[in-house]
Amino acid sequence: MEIILSTLINGLSLGGIYAMIALGYTMVYGIAKMLNFAHGDIIMIGGYVIFVTMATGNPLIAIAVAVVACVILGVTIEKIAYKPLRGASPLAVLITAIGVSYLLQSLAQIIFGSAPKMVTVYDFGTIKLLGATVQISALVTLAVTVVVMVVLTLFIKYTRLGRAMIAVSEDRGAAQLMGIDVNGIITITFAIGSALAALAGLFYLLKAPSVSSTLGAMPGIKAFTAAVIGGIGSIPGAMLGGILLGMVESISYKITAIAPYTDAIEFSILIVILLVRPNGFLGKKRREKV
Amino acid sequence: MTLKKLKLRHYLNYMVIGTVTAVLAGMVLTGYKFDNSLLFLLEKIAISIILAVSLSLVVGFLGELSLGHAGFMCVGAYLGGKIAALLVPTLGNGPLTFLIALLAGGGAAAVCGIIIGIPALRLRGDYLAIVTLAFGEIVKSLFQNSSDETFGGSLGLNTPRYDKNYLFIFAFVLVLLTLMVVQNLMRSKHGRAITAIRDNEIAARATGTNVTKYKLLAFTLSAAFAGIAGVLYSYSNYTVQSMKFGYNYSIEILVMVVLGGMGSINGSIIAAALITFLNTKLATILTGDLAVLQNLFYALILIAIVIYNNAPALKGFRDKYNLSAFADKIRKSRNDPGHVKDDKAKWDVVPTKIEMNEILSVDLTPQDSSVTWEKGGPK
Repeated sequence: MEIILSTLINGLSLGGIYAMIALGYTMVYGIAKMLNFAHGDIIMIGGYVIFVTMATGNPLIAIAVAVVACVILGVTIEKIAYKPLRGASPLAVLITAIGVSYLLQSLAQIIFGSAPKMVTVYDFGTIKLLGATVQISALVTLAVTVVVMVVLTLFIKYTRLGRAMIAVSEDRGAAQLMGIDVNGIITITFAIGSALAALAGLFYLLKAPSVSSTLGAMPGIKAFTAAVIGGIGSIPGAMLGGILLGMVESISYKITAIAPYTDAIEFSILIVILLVRPNGFLGKKRREKV
Repeated sequence: MTLKKLKLRHYLNYMVIGTVTAVLAGMVLTGYKFDNSLLFLLEKIAISIILAVSLSLVVGFLGELSLGHAGFMCVGAYLGGKIAALLVPTLGNGPLTFLIALLAGGGAAAVCGIIIGIPALRLRGDYLAIVTLAFGEIVKSLFQNSSDETFGGSLGLNTPRYDKNYLFIFAFVLVLLTLMVVQNLMRSKHGRAITAIRDNEIAARATGTNVTKYKLLAFTLSAAFAGIAGVLYSYSNYTVQSMKFGYNYSIEILVMVVLGGMGSINGSIIAAALITFLNTKLATILTGDLAVLQNLFYALILIAIVIYNNAPALKGFRDKYNLSAFADKIRKSRNDPGHVKDDKAKWDVVPTKIEMNEILSVDLTPQDSSVTWEKGGPK
């Protein structure tokens, strides 16, 4: 019973992290129509910024600086690497994104070395819940993710800027004709996505207090899986997909026979979902036009 | 009927690689001993060329991004290596064993190519790229967790040793084979169909191109050659470890294709040889944490080249300053009017839209019959 409960809570908190990353993915994919491969690496940079700024001893300052740094980084990447390619073939954009991801990883490795850096942001401690010991940080992760999801949904639905984002996502050309600054909207989307990535970096450090240059690579790809499962472009979908994937991973790690194959299982789920239901559970159908 | 003029230019790459191989092979066969590190480098270059040319079939010609090319190679390396290891006691460590290993490794990878080609029929672009990436990771994970008796698990699989002095000759013969298949395919109507799918899938389908068949063909062939490269790798390295065939290796092959120019076979060959050579040289200079500088270099190459080649804003600049424009200039200065462009029709400058007022103003009255038609158009 305790094992089951702790596995579930663990899955939920892991799912919260995936959901947080997937939210960033889904926003950028939905609005800029590109797969930002470097999204996972922005998480890693966020982790390193927290590692550096924790020298001040104040976690709140560290988090604030990390969010600002990631937003600046995300927007800079968008301006330098992605904006010149607007209108070019999707293949070109995708390869550039992979290049950026590679660039960030190698830069981090050059600056901080290949050995992981240990950093404890804040120790929330543990509580007993129905007999199982639960990390409070896991609950905090989950709570923050839910709040972010609700705020984002409301923002997109009820603000002028949010409506503009939907418009750009639906039809870029028509949005431009309606007087929407498409480039500006895409920049804002990248800023929001990067801020979410910084938060995801924080949650990673709360879960396991070490940061290395490959911190974001695998979670980034898995979170993309989560975004696809939920339906790309859908905010509640990202949450749903993240939680599902976190649960699968957490449960799979607990079963000794399949534990080494956890990554393979998650990727197989991705392939199956893409084949059977490429629009995910909550995604909209898109028809290809000439 | 006149004999079709053999275009020397089209066979230049075979001749260069063939001559180099023949000369080196001749030196070895007459008893000259090469340095082992040089032989190893030659093998590595051959492997890279096969990988780059086969990846360019999918990325450059079909226009789909595959991030799992190392995964196909992994399948070939493990299966080919295992079969070779099993056959050596009965068949001996000769060319026959090698041939069977090549067929097995290439065949197994081709089957995986078909499996990945099926999603490719339903998915495009980003989604397909992710599926190929997932495939690569799944393959890596499966081999890594295999038991010690089957594929050696995390320790890796030990494969037969082959006489180092001769292996590179086989490797380059395989390079020629790859080149022959891919190049002839791309110059045939089947190759044109593949590039048609890249340029506009819906239009290709509408004009009767069997998209399913050609997509599967491209993926399968590409995977088969990656598998063959894998078998070569297992022969060249004596041990196969799944860690080697991760995402990073797939990216390295992609860098070769992008650096060589998408859709250019010769470009891929040159880039593959160059990058492999640089890698080997840099590995001795950059050690420890500095080794990552190499990745930084790759990343910058990828970003710079893709932006330069694709950014809409740089189009005018590109048309003015590029290698083929430069080559055209030289050709023109040599007064060679018979030259016809083969692979690179400039689709973006071909007018495809007809203005409405143009259609309305077409003069439908019969042409004046007094116009004399001569060879090469009206006078």
